[in-house]
Amino acid sequence: MSTATNGVTSNLTPPAGVKLPIYFDNQATTRTDPRVVEAMLPYFSDVFGNAASRNHAFGWEAEEAVEKARAQVAKLIGATAKEIIFTSGATESNNLAIKGIAEMYRERGNHIITQVTEHKAVLDTCKRLEKSGYRVTYLPVKADGLIDIEDLKRAMTDQTILVSIMIANNEIGVIQPVEEIGKLCHERGILFHTDGVQAVGKIPVDVNAMQIDALSLSGHKIYGPKGVGALYVRRRNPRVQISEQINGGGHERGMRSGTLNVTGIVGLGKACELCQDEMESESRRLSAMRDKLKAKFEANLDYIHVNGSMEHRLPNNLNMSFVYVEGESLLMGINDVAVSSGSACTSATLEPSYVLKALGLGDDVAHSSIRFGLGRFNSEAEVDYVADKIIDVVKKLRELSPLYEMVKEGIDLSKIEWAAH
Amino acid sequence: MAYSDKVIDHYNNPRNVGQLDKSSETVGTGLVGAPECGDVMRLQIRVNPETQVIEEAKFKTFGCGSAIASSSLATEWVKGKTVEEALQIKNTDIVKELALPPVKIHCSVLAEDAIRAAIGDWKKKNGVAETEAATQTVAAQ
Repeated sequence: MSTATNGVTSNLTPPAGVKLPIYFDNQATTRTDPRVVEAMLPYFSDVFGNAASRNHAFGWEAEEAVEKARAQVAKLIGATAKEIIFTSGATESNNLAIKGIAEMYRERGNHIITQVTEHKAVLDTCKRLEKSGYRVTYLPVKADGLIDIEDLKRAMTDQTILVSIMIANNEIGVIQPVEEIGKLCHERGILFHTDGVQAVGKIPVDVNAMQIDALSLSGHKIYGPKGVGALYVRRRNPRVQISEQINGGGHERGMRSGTLNVTGIVGLGKACELCQDEMESESRRLSAMRDKLKAKFEANLDYIHVNGSMEHRLPNNLNMSFVYVEGESLLMGINDVAVSSGSACTSATLEPSYVLKALGLGDDVAHSSIRFGLGRFNSEAEVDYVADKIIDVVKKLRELSPLYEMVKEGIDLSKIEWAAH
Repeated sequence: MAYSDKVIDHYNNPRNVGQLDKSSETVGTGLVGAPECGDVMRLQIRVNPETQVIEEAKFKTFGCGSAIASSSLATEWVKGKTVEEALQIKNTDIVKELALPPVKIHCSVLAEDAIRAAIGDWKKKNGVAETEAATQTVAAQ
């Protein structure tokens, strides 16, 4: 196939030292840090005991490794080791926390409050509870992606048993006012669960300062392995009880039965330790890179739009709409760079991102959105290359875009009667 | 999603990108789709008044790679055909040619709509009897 002069796919050559493909999708998952892999390796073979075997050295060794990891996880979020329950990942942690609390506190009330941009692991769990007689309030978010704390106050009733609001959003990286939420909940004796998947390890999280009662976290978002996560469950002030969702054996203080994934847990522990040690410098490095990416777009392109608050945001996230360019076509033009889009065409349901829609953005802006998730293994040279590449492809696709042409001619697109199809 | 080689080729080398003078009597313009649905196609044809042969076709598309490819292909196919011949182009032909997966069939439907809309616009301008399909025309601007 010929490469014509008007080829859309960018053929910029990467600078020396930049290897393709480039991974900028660290909100989806992260590469397991080689130091984590190294820590895990012995537990695949040499140390293979069941951590629940109490009567021989194989079991003791495994248990010791698990307890070390438990302490590493706890330390990262200011908890005590006994408050950490290991799970298969954050989806399970969210299910366990929300269903487990709802069931346990059913006699006290049947009302749960969450918000519209939560991950599906929270939203779908809440929907399931609605079917069994619970009432759920889904708070809206403001244009910047944050909930209005007054809305939360107004939604609380004497039937409210649980508030589940994430620390940071997976699509737009926006950080909710967790400390205020925790305070409000504790003043009223309501339990506060938070999905900490995107925030833990990236920004300081302290379950006591934030008055969090239950917190979900995951290994693979913090350079640990997939298939392992944890749920923090507060033991004092108040002592939170959770009814188990998986029965059999009574592991993890009866809250989560099943033989422990020792290898994964060791990896999760190590990943937490590394995040804690490197958080300060890494957070500075990533936010500088992220800001550079944004500045390059702003200097070279018109009609671009940052989705969500820049002020209350994870250091490694940028979500931007390149208006009048459809997201999937943009991804196609930068095919050696991994990012994701809120465009309908990239989703299985052909619906644009519900998170972006919740910000009050038109569907057209959601269709044009790209999420950049920077991570530990990204370099500034990669940022430069990706920025140039996106700018190149956006310009080419805008030459193809009837909308961009019309806007440039001064036509008001909102005045046109579009035939929705 | 993996794209077919033909989609990639049209995406990389879109045929007949551009604009024709929409106020010209011999030009028909079809603007279909909607920004909130994630795809908008504008397809224009220049028709020879004597022979009713489409001598030129141009497009611009806001949409995914398959939408761009479908409209690019549509401009290639209508060129050299009479308007009546061009009306015989079916979205299923586009699906087959580009090997579009089921989730992308709507892109081909939109391209067929764009052809019909452009021809409908030209017919209206030139007082040619409207065909039933041309009623789908979106009133452009």
